[in-house]
Amino acid sequence: MNVLLLIPVVGPLLVAGMLLVLPNRAGLHRVGGFATMTVVLAAGAVLLVRTSGGALPVLRVGGWPGPIAISLAADALSALLVTVTALVVLCCLVAAVGSGDDRRPYFLPLVLVLTAGADGAFLTTDLFNLFVLVEVMLVPSYVLVGLAGGAGRGGAGRVYVATNLLGSTLLLAGVALVYGTTGVVGLGDLAGVARAQPATAVACGVVLLAFGLKSALVPLHDWLPRTYPVVSPVVVALFSGLLTKVGIYAVIRIYAVVYDGDPGFRWLLGVVAMLSMVVGVLGAVGENSMRRILTFHMVSQLGYVLLGLALFTTAALAAAVYYLAQYILVKAALLLCAAAVRAGRGTDRLDGCGGLAGQRPMLALAFAGAALALAGLPPFSGFVAKFLLLRATAESGAWLAMTVAVLVSLVTLLSMLKIWSALFTGDPSASPTVAQRIGPTLVGPPLVLVGLSLMAGLAAAPLLAVADTAAAGLRDPAGYVRAVTGR
Amino acid sequence: MSTAFVVGVLVAAGVFLLLRPGLLRVVLGFVLLGHAVNVVLLAAGGLDRRTPAVEEVGPDTADPLPQAFVLTAIVITFGITVHLLGLLRRGPGGQAHGADPTGGDGIGGAGRAGGRPTTGRRR
Repeated sequence: MNVLLLIPVVGPLLVAGMLLVLPNRAGLHRVGGFATMTVVLAAGAVLLVRTSGGALPVLRVGGWPGPIAISLAADALSALLVTVTALVVLCCLVAAVGSGDDRRPYFLPLVLVLTAGADGAFLTTDLFNLFVLVEVMLVPSYVLVGLAGGAGRGGAGRVYVATNLLGSTLLLAGVALVYGTTGVVGLGDLAGVARAQPATAVACGVVLLAFGLKSALVPLHDWLPRTYPVVSPVVVALFSGLLTKVGIYAVIRIYAVVYDGDPGFRWLLGVVAMLSMVVGVLGAVGENSMRRILTFHMVSQLGYVLLGLALFTTAALAAAVYYLAQYILVKAALLLCAAAVRAGRGTDRLDGCGGLAGQRPMLALAFAGAALALAGLPPFSGFVAKFLLLRATAESGAWLAMTVAVLVSLVTLLSMLKIWSALFTGDPSASPTVAQRIGPTLVGPPLVLVGLSLMAGLAAAPLLAVADTAAAGLRDPAGYVRAVTGR
Repeated sequence: MSTAFVVGVLVAAGVFLLLRPGLLRVVLGFVLLGHAVNVVLLAAGGLDRRTPAVEEVGPDTADPLPQAFVLTAIVITFGITVHLLGLLRRGPGGQAHGADPTGGDGIGGAGRAGGRPTTGRRR
C-alpha cells in the first residue's frame, strides 16, 4: 500500500520520459498527460483518505536503511497538497488545450516533470532530497518561462532563472551547514534540534531564507511580479499552484519539525507575514493588467498562510492549512479566467476591453465567484479560511495582525472590483479589440475550481477535518518523527 | 582555515561577477558560487578524514554522504549552466528586467518556433 507514495513522483517522470522520445505526437502527449495526472489525483485522494484517518505511510525506496534511504512519507498536509495540486494541474491542462499552450514543443512533458518535482518535495523527508526535488521542479519551469519568444520574454526569463538559481545555491549552502553542525539531513533526525542548538538554528535559517525567496515573501518578493505577468497565463496558473506553494510548505514543515515551533522566532515570522500582506496588496493597487494584479496578490495571500504559522496554535495552523488548500484552487481559477480573457481579447490589460459580462456570462460567473473567494466573502471557501484565521488571531491576542488581515482583505476586494468594473462591465462596442470565441475548454476549468471553492465553503467539514489532523501533526510532530525515523 | 579562505574568495568573486552587467558574467558568477557551496558541503563532512569509504571502516574513513551530495549538486549546476548559456545565445543581451508594456506574448503564432527548448533560436 505504501507504494502509492511513489506514484505522484515516479509516474509523471516515467511518462514524461516516454513522451520526450515521441516529440511529434501531440495527441499522444495530451492523452498521456491527462491519464498520468488523473492517476496522480487518484493516488493523492487515496493517500488523503488514509492520512486523514491518522495513518502515516512511509516508504524507503529500495529498502535502504534509515539515513541513506530516499524516504517518502505522507501526512495529512502532504497528501492534501498532492491532491489539490493534481487537481489544479488537470484544470490547467484542459485550459492549455483551449489557449493553445499545449501545442508548444515539449509542453506536456515539462508540466509532468514540474508536477513530479513538486509532489516529491511535498512527500520527501530529507533536506537534501528536498533540494534535489525542488531543482527537478525548477528546471522545467525555467524552460516553460522562456518557451515561446516575444518582447520582454527573454529578460523576464533571466530574472526568473537568476533569482531561483540564487535561491537554490542558498538552499544548498544551508543544507551543507545543517549537515556540518549536526551530521544528519533527515527531517526526523533533525526534529527539535534547531530549538536546542543555536548553530543549527542559524544553519536552518539559511534554508528558510532560501525557501522564503522561492515563495516570494516580503522582502524577497520582487522577482515574482517582475516575471510572472510576462509568462502565458495558463503557465502562471500552474506555477502559482506548484512553485510558491512548495516554498511555503517547506517553511511550514521545517519550522514545525526542525524548530519545533520555537517561540523565539515567531515574532520574525509574524512581521514577515504582515509585511507580505500589506506590500503585496498595495503593489496590486497600481497595476493595470489582470495578471499583474493577480501576481501581486500571490505575495499578499501567502502572508495569511504564514500568519497562521507565526501564531503556531493548533487552531491557527489548521486555519493556515485550510487557507493554503483553498487558496491554491481560487488563485488557479482567477488566473485561468485571465487566460480566457486573454484568449478572447488578445490582452488582459484593464483598458483593453470591457463588457465581458454580457458577452461571456459563464466566464463572468467564474471570475465573480473566484474574486469573492479571494477577498473572503461568504459563501465561498475564502470566507471560512479568513474567519478561522481571524478567530485564531483573536484567541492569541494578536490584535495588530488581526487589524492588518481585515484591512488587507478590504483592499483585496477593491482590486477585484477594479478588474470587474474594467473588464466585465461597460460597453463592449467601445473596446478597441474584437472579442474572439472563448471555448468551453477555457471557461470550464475556472468554473470547476470555483465550484470546488463553493463546496469547500458550504460544506467545510471534510476539509476542516483534514486541516485539523494536519495541524495536530504540525503542532506535535512526534508521530511524524517516529514514523519517518522508524524508531 | 584554508577551506574557509577558498570559500570566501569563491563567494566574493561570484558575487562580484553577479553584480556586473551582462549575462555571461552572471553565468560565470553562478558557476563560482556553485563551487563555493560544493566546498562548503565537502567541508561539512570533515576534511581531516581521508581514507575512502570503500576500504575498511576506521576512524580515518571519510564521510561518503557529503561526497554524494556534491556529485548530485555538480550535475544539477552543470545542467543549469548549460541552460543559462542557451538563454544567453537566444537573447540580444543587456535587457535587465522583463517589463512587457503590451502584456502580449503571441500565443497563437508561437507554434513550434522554439525548436529544442534548451537551445532556442539564434537571433
